[in-house]
Amino acid sequence: MQWETVIGLEIHTQLATRSKIFSGASTAFGAEPNTQACAVDLGLPGVLPVLNREAVVMAVKFSAAIGAELARRSVFARKNYFYPDLPKGYQISQFELPIVGRGAVEILLEDGSRRTIGVTRAHLEEDAGKSLHEDFHGLSGIDLNRAGTPLLEIVSEPDMRSAREAVAYARKIHQIVRYTGISDGNMQEGSFRCDANVSIRRPGGELGTRAELKNINSFRFLERAINFEIERQIDVLESGGKVVQETRLYDPDKDETRSMRSKEEANDYRYFPDPDLLPLEIDEAFIAAAIADLPELPDVRRARFVTEYGLGEMDAAQLTASREMADYYEAVAKAAGDARLAATWVMGALAGALNRDGLDVTASPLSAQRLGGLLARIADNTISGKIAKQVFESMWAGEASADQIIDQQGLRQITDSGAIAGIVDQVLSDNAQQVESYRQAEPPKRAKMLGFFVGQVMKLSKGKANPAQVNELLKERLES
Amino acid sequence: MSLEQSDVENIAHLARLAVSPEELEGVAGDLSNILTLVEQMNAVDTGGVVPMAHPLHMAQRLREDSVTESDQRDHFQAIAPETEAGLYLVPKVIE
Repeated sequence: MQWETVIGLEIHTQLATRSKIFSGASTAFGAEPNTQACAVDLGLPGVLPVLNREAVVMAVKFSAAIGAELARRSVFARKNYFYPDLPKGYQISQFELPIVGRGAVEILLEDGSRRTIGVTRAHLEEDAGKSLHEDFHGLSGIDLNRAGTPLLEIVSEPDMRSAREAVAYARKIHQIVRYTGISDGNMQEGSFRCDANVSIRRPGGELGTRAELKNINSFRFLERAINFEIERQIDVLESGGKVVQETRLYDPDKDETRSMRSKEEANDYRYFPDPDLLPLEIDEAFIAAAIADLPELPDVRRARFVTEYGLGEMDAAQLTASREMADYYEAVAKAAGDARLAATWVMGALAGALNRDGLDVTASPLSAQRLGGLLARIADNTISGKIAKQVFESMWAGEASADQIIDQQGLRQITDSGAIAGIVDQVLSDNAQQVESYRQAEPPKRAKMLGFFVGQVMKLSKGKANPAQVNELLKERLES
Repeated sequence: MSLEQSDVENIAHLARLAVSPEELEGVAGDLSNILTLVEQMNAVDTGGVVPMAHPLHMAQRLREDSVTESDQRDHFQAIAPETEAGLYLVPKVIE
């Protein structure tokens, strides 16, 4: 039987402000517990929240980046529930009038197809603290450093039809918040958290009952959690059962989701406008200033890479995945003077070496300038691509420039035809037998046999003979 | 509109208020009276009125994004019932 999956995502992204959304406490990650929780964050009596301008600026940037409606007037509301890591007994969020309204992003799937995914809204809110359930003599420990950290909660339309699409959408949002600099997007540190609403239905039929998957902190887990959940719901429905609306936690160790068995009333938050905060009003001048320093956005940059550098769509997508990677690539292309050669090397040797050493491109021991310098020597025929691989490894491990290594190790390609002729003649006289069989062979077989001679010449020249010249000269000699 | 006693019990539980069984009937009556008043106001045509989010006709002022608070953990934790390793300790909560 055919089932169609319907997925919507809620993404909590931590905004990269220095201080909290309603207080002057630091948001730096990794501090000693409760050393960055001030009276406002603790919800002590008599304190009042004062909104952080930068958090608003970042929400405006996000809105512009996804072409969303931006509310000139938005309202903060209290979301009421009791939990020890929420000292006030309510979370300040936005409910009826969020700052960011409808927008959309385009996702590019692995097969090259594109889909548009709607964004319903995005609103500003404060994060809660952290509960530690390790054993403190049967008690829980509470760290309120994170309480009051600014979040932008980005809610999608239920537009995704597979786990892959959901991951592509999450990656797209991640890419946008990183490009615009509004979040560091660090998933290990909880700066980018996904909840997935998953349901299944008959194709085109009524929406099914959904389960909300929480606790997902990597793209890989997002895909696995959704796929597990789809299978689970299909099993339930096909065995005659009913899907229950509930919150389920994903357990990466067991690769399964399980019910949190929340009480029904847990979703009765009794929102109301927060009387401690006035409506947020922003004017055109504020918006213009906020978006003045927006960088070139990923989709635009990808399209430019295709037209300006003649790259394929998927290569351009890979090279613009992060702003840092795109910047690096462009610097290499400029220094190398050959954009396509630069693309091949950045996605190949460089990506491989970074991956091998577990490094981000920003921590690459090989600067874009140095790599570009190496590629320029391939482009101008100073060295072959094969020798370049060898030089690349030396550069990766050391400080020297490509030219220094080429000179020190004597790797300059031999293009002097007299010198190449000498080596070719040497090889031919050392292999008289093979020369004889080449001359007696049918022409179709010769191509393969030529490879043997090329190999010998390259070996004798220590890989330095210009391959094109070697080929030409060999043919000339063998067929004369 | 009138509230049942079970509604009052539920609301009281959500707000963590202890309302004794003897008080339930009275509270339900008081709250129902408030809702009746709201119902009367509902009769007024408010089509052209912007919903009020705050009684003051002012907009939110914004503060610059700078860290102005220093660590006062010891001070704050002096009044906490129980702390350990810098954490506030509370009755065990686990989902």
